[in-house]
Amino acid sequence: MIIKRREFLQVGSLATASLMVPKFLKAFEVRNMMLPGNKVLVILQLSGGNDGLNTVIPYRNDIYYKSRQRIGIERSKALSLTDEAGLHPALTGFKELYDDGSLAIMNSVGYPNPDRSHFRSMDIWHTGSESKEYWTNGWLGRYLDAQCKGCDKPTYALELDDTLSLAMKGEEAKAIAMKDPKRLFGTANQRFFKDVMQQHKDEPGEQPVDYLYKTLSETVSSANYIFEKSKLHPSKAEYPKTELGQNLKTIASLIFSDINTKVYYVSHGSFDTHINQQFQQQRLFTEMNDAIRSFTKDLKENGRFDDVLVMTFSEFGRRVSQNASGGTDHGTANNMFLIGGGIKEKGLINPMPDLSDLDEGDLKYKVDFKNVYATVLKNWLAADDMAILKKKYDYLKFV
Amino acid sequence: MSLANQIKNQHLMWRAGFGPAVEQLVDLSQVSSKQLYKALQKASSKKPEYIDVADDFLKGLWAGIDEVGRQEKMKEIKEEDKKKIQQKQRESVKSLNLNWLNVFVNTDAQLREKMAFFWHGHFACRNLNVFYQQGLLDIIRRNALGSFRDMLQEVSKSAAMLNFLNNQQNRKDHPNENFAREVMELFTLGRGNYTENDIKEAARAFTGWSAGLKGQFIFRRMQHDYGSKTVLGKTGDFDGDEVLDILLSQKQTAKFITQKVYKFFVNDTVDEDKMNWLADRFYQSTYDIGKLLEDIFTSDWFYDEKNIGSKIKSPIELIAGIQRMLPMQLENEESLTFLQRALGQILFYPPNVAGWPGGKTWIDSSSLMLRMRLPQLINDIDELNIKTKDDDDQMMGRKTPEDGSKPMGYGKRGVIRATIDWKEYMRHFEKVQKDQLIGSLASNLLQTKSSVSGELIKQYSDAGSKESFIKSATLQLMSTPEYQLC
Repeated sequence: MIIKRREFLQVGSLATASLMVPKFLKAFEVRNMMLPGNKVLVILQLSGGNDGLNTVIPYRNDIYYKSRQRIGIERSKALSLTDEAGLHPALTGFKELYDDGSLAIMNSVGYPNPDRSHFRSMDIWHTGSESKEYWTNGWLGRYLDAQCKGCDKPTYALELDDTLSLAMKGEEAKAIAMKDPKRLFGTANQRFFKDVMQQHKDEPGEQPVDYLYKTLSETVSSANYIFEKSKLHPSKAEYPKTELGQNLKTIASLIFSDINTKVYYVSHGSFDTHINQQFQQQRLFTEMNDAIRSFTKDLKENGRFDDVLVMTFSEFGRRVSQNASGGTDHGTANNMFLIGGGIKEKGLINPMPDLSDLDEGDLKYKVDFKNVYATVLKNWLAADDMAILKKKYDYLKFV
Repeated sequence: MSLANQIKNQHLMWRAGFGPAVEQLVDLSQVSSKQLYKALQKASSKKPEYIDVADDFLKGLWAGIDEVGRQEKMKEIKEEDKKKIQQKQRESVKSLNLNWLNVFVNTDAQLREKMAFFWHGHFACRNLNVFYQQGLLDIIRRNALGSFRDMLQEVSKSAAMLNFLNNQQNRKDHPNENFAREVMELFTLGRGNYTENDIKEAARAFTGWSAGLKGQFIFRRMQHDYGSKTVLGKTGDFDGDEVLDILLSQKQTAKFITQKVYKFFVNDTVDEDKMNWLADRFYQSTYDIGKLLEDIFTSDWFYDEKNIGSKIKSPIELIAGIQRMLPMQLENEESLTFLQRALGQILFYPPNVAGWPGGKTWIDSSSLMLRMRLPQLINDIDELNIKTKDDDDQMMGRKTPEDGSKPMGYGKRGVIRATIDWKEYMRHFEKVQKDQLIGSLASNLLQTKSSVSGELIKQYSDAGSKESFIKSATLQLMSTPEYQLC
């Protein structure tokens, strides 16, 4: 079904030089394209640099408590996973997921020559470049480039926000950012925009203005499509009233429809806990925990939990030692959560960070995040990871 | 003169400046492009005034700290004062942003400021110290039309750049290559024109280059590596200045800069022959930037149809361009920083040291929708109803700063409270007959053929009076995809 459609789209793009949406493609918008069994990736960005050591707590490690006399989390308060490690007390839902085998924790993820600026490090994670390189498009954007050759709407990837992240911008295709399908629909369907669009005819040869009309046309087309799909099977479950809770509810509603979206992107933060870390991380984790608990429960009840992989990341972890203000400063390697009914490795899937082997007070990375990307692209999204990441990275085994 | 001439002059104003200003409208149809360029050169010949917006509290504090004993003095600063310093720094950089944007809109020295805006992206630097930022800005504005050699040397010795690229940590016994790498990759030769070993050796030459608290260049002898180095095939006990000269002696540097200039001012698609011709002359002139620009803006091919209306305006060009044509009073100036953030280009906050990639990267569905809604938002004082992403480099771990002020461009729902002054604009169209109005407005506002019919614009315009018609049709034309181009 999917393959047929792709082939068809390729033929379609050759058959018409026009960038405007051909009518025969529109017909496909009403067909059922996303059957249960199709894999979906949800990326949860923990903005600001989440403190990984107070997320997955090495509670048997003396160095941990010595380095964090004020903010270290006591063993008795942590949610016990193994003899060695426990979760932050607010992550009760994550503990439940751990217990039923649908949570994996990957420790010490990072990259060579780490950068401690939020912006730059986030750039590196978003683009998938080495820290010496400056790339101008994102890894999911390039996934979209590959998926969306000649397609009429770039809805394979959606971001739940008002502006689009670099990760979601490809060379040619760019994902859609929106907070609310209805509002997007309203904005894109202003009569003037539609009228302007209808009057545009592409002239032979690519004109600079064509790119703008193409984007406009894709926006309107996507907005209509997303809005339609969001109404098909809106989630009836209870979600927290937080921003993250409502975003995940929107994502669930779209997953329950037959929308063609494969990647959802949502951010939560800010985890930049230089001062009074405990309070801030507790609050953010409580919000994240409640939202993820509702989301996973909702997916399970609707039989889609096996098709969804939730992946968290942060631009960097924090330093091993606390600072003088009850917080932590920018560090390097960090852990990632992988959640879903379809994961193949469970629990702590690699060793906890070695606190006795530091690089000037920072954790050394053991897993390059690009290996995680390659694995997700290849094994979960069935995409050409080498084309997207521009290099061959070995696959891990979690999916 | 002809309509074609007017379009050419507007082309020049959009590229060699931030778009035609309303008070220029009469001239644009009467002078030749050569005359207009001469006028632009003349208006840009003066040395620019130093922009100083640093907060008095910061100035007082900085004045009280000497280089000697600086470390101890800095330690003595109380925790709450440190917070205040950060807050004042942030506010001052924001003032610097708004101040410079305001210069783009109002100055006659359009050519100089546009070129400085180019260098702002070329020598891209993020730094929260307003004194450093002001210093760097002054360097690129003073040298914008002068010698690239002088500018490169000054920039390389600026506190802003030395700090941003970690050259403070570049010491004889512990070299840090970041500065040398970016100087070669991004400021002079471009990627692929040097080896990793060239970087290592060049880094040794820059050891000891450092800056004082007040932004002055300091050469730390004890940290400098006086040994022999080999850079790009030349061997000697070079210092940093000599390495910069080696880089400039490479023709590739002239080529790299010219190519970037061509893409910025002429067309994203480079015509190799023209570019090589320009690069040769740039090299021969020993890097005279003013001459390079004159070569471009006085050549016939610059005005070729394929170069007109071919570039997507950057957010800053879009925002400044609207303000130049429709002068306005802004009640809340921070809406301008909010717009910069929402559209993806904040002055003094380039994405990284490589600057803004430009071109199609400005456009995605969200940014295009916002661009097309912008004229109405300005006019109607509508709710923007969008929220920009956090910037943790600015937030410093706080949801909002304790003083309640917002980091630059951060906010939930911006409202642009602007009052447009239509007087001058109206006067220009006074004598235009009603049935020719739309054509006349469109030819002033759009640099590319538009498929949007006059009929459609009319449908969406308020025909109540000639004045209301001109206003609404203008805003409508500014809301088209075509207006995004220049």
